[in-house]
Amino acid sequence: MKDLLAKENRSPHIKVEDLTMAYGDKIIQKDLTFTIYRGDIFIIMGGSGCGKSTLLKHLIGLIRPKKGKIFFENTDFWAATQDKRLEIMRRCGVLYQSGALWSSMTLLENVALPLIEFTALPPKTIEALCSLKLRLVGLGGYEDYYPSQLSGGMRKRAALARAMAMDPQVLFFDEPSAGLDPVSSKHLDDLIVEIRDSLGATVVIVTHELASIFSIGTNSVFLDSESKTMLATGHPKKLLEETNNEKILRFLTRGTMKREVAVV
Amino acid sequence: MASDPKKPRYLMEKRAKRKIIIHVSGSWTIDKVPPSPEEIIKKLREQATLDQILIDAQKLKRWDSTFVLFLATLKTYAEQHGIAFHMRSVPEGALHLLQLSIKSPSLRPESKDQERPSLLARIGQWSFQVAGAVIGFHSFLGEVVLGFANIIAGKSKLRFGDLLLYLQHAGAMALPIVSLVSFLVGLILAFVATVQLKIFGAQIFVADLVGIAMARDMGAMMVGIIMAGRTGATYAAQLGTMQVNEEIDALRTLGLRPIEFLVIPRIIALSLMMVPLCIYADLLGIAGGAFVGAGFSDVTLLQYISETQKAVPLSHFFIGLGKCFIYGIIVALIGCRKGLSCGRSAAAVGKVTTSAVVTSIVWIIVACAIITIICYVYRI
Repeated sequence: MKDLLAKENRSPHIKVEDLTMAYGDKIIQKDLTFTIYRGDIFIIMGGSGCGKSTLLKHLIGLIRPKKGKIFFENTDFWAATQDKRLEIMRRCGVLYQSGALWSSMTLLENVALPLIEFTALPPKTIEALCSLKLRLVGLGGYEDYYPSQLSGGMRKRAALARAMAMDPQVLFFDEPSAGLDPVSSKHLDDLIVEIRDSLGATVVIVTHELASIFSIGTNSVFLDSESKTMLATGHPKKLLEETNNEKILRFLTRGTMKREVAVV
Repeated sequence: MASDPKKPRYLMEKRAKRKIIIHVSGSWTIDKVPPSPEEIIKKLREQATLDQILIDAQKLKRWDSTFVLFLATLKTYAEQHGIAFHMRSVPEGALHLLQLSIKSPSLRPESKDQERPSLLARIGQWSFQVAGAVIGFHSFLGEVVLGFANIIAGKSKLRFGDLLLYLQHAGAMALPIVSLVSFLVGLILAFVATVQLKIFGAQIFVADLVGIAMARDMGAMMVGIIMAGRTGATYAAQLGTMQVNEEIDALRTLGLRPIEFLVIPRIIALSLMMVPLCIYADLLGIAGGAFVGAGFSDVTLLQYISETQKAVPLSHFFIGLGKCFIYGIIVALIGCRKGLSCGRSAAAVGKVTTSAVVTSIVWIIVACAIITIICYVYRI
């Protein structure tokens, strides 16, 4: 796998080296080493409870690793100063599992908050910019709605607009398709690809939705809960074709062990 | 700074009579604060009639959504005024986002702007709301009564484990704050009385005033208000959060009635605990009064205590305890009712919690007034 990635000649965006994650003394995952390249749609996959969301929380700087390093464009995140860390975090957009929109604010206010806090743009421009972002996710005209007035799929889209508010270079998604019907889930996948293509952002997704993994993933890491470490990293389709590991194959084929992409 | 090549700029160049070229240069990113769209539109309006706008982005360095906004604003302006709109060397990603943002949204909300209803209509709507709330509260009260009947008849059982927990929370854990507040209230009353009665050399009557006031009213009222702020708010927030998380629906689908499962144990716990808390508050209030009455005047502690005994018959205490029991029911009922009627958002939980405390305190005072008038009429 390694030379295959090298051949494509992409620049590394996030590098994880020998990462060990733990809550207190309880080790969640150990010896994680992988690289996320610029423009990747990177999938963090694995069975339930293997630490996917915990890994995401480590990547966005919410939890300090027990051991190991995380590099953002060659900056060691946890060795950097507080200001530098905040700057890196501001360049990341996160879409939480349940959307986590602030329920007491309208959609426009939700998207506008980071812009008001962190930029010197005039209020009118911020408003126009937020409307534009809501239009990008297909929610034009919903500026004055409250999150509680929207359906689950629309809330996800609105949360995506908020994640994009600061024009981040990395977008993190925690289970974007959870609770969505297959069509909405497909639309969201398409939107993720479109936004990656146009903004040139890197995308990191935690998911176990096989349809999404195969249709949009360009790189991945597979976490295992028994051995508490990663079993493989690479393009999901390549993994499906080439892996010799039974656990990965079972996961990627929904237990059928037939090496073909079941759903696209 | 003026020559900073990264600074986002634009330059309007008039070509021919009705054609304008806008040269864009620098980095159009949010941290560089690019020129605002209104400013550009304003400048365009100043121009004589145009029939062609060309955007030239050859010198554009980095860009993000602010640049897309710039393009979208100009394009919309051009379309509205029938001006041809062209772009040169605009990055493909930006073109793509522009298209995505202009593409008519697939989900159009129905128009939200309705005409403001007339005054009469608003009064009508408001009356219906109030009537709805009154009916809602009464049906809740009815459900609670039926729930009690079910429990007494043995049709559903009271969960004693939960009840003990609520008793502990509403009783023992409220002791510190009740101690502090009632001691200080007794002390304040005594100070006010001492200053006035000293003029007549009648400081001994401080004991009467503090004793009667604490036993009949202040003890119960203080406990009621503390419990409204402490336990009533907790109940509203707990049940409200359960409502938000659909936990109450989950109870219903399992055939468990939320009233019997959640509300009745809370009402029993709080109203039961109010009585000992009230006795405790009365005693501490009198102690606070004694601290001032005996400590800051010629009256001895023994005199103070015997004066209190003479002045406060047991009936005063019972009236206070009865009031406090009723306050407990009011606080628990309102807290639970507000919690169950919570909307499905974090803001709604805050709203019902506030409303539970405010409504409880108002009704405690109203109840106090009503009971006082009844007592006066019957000379109790």
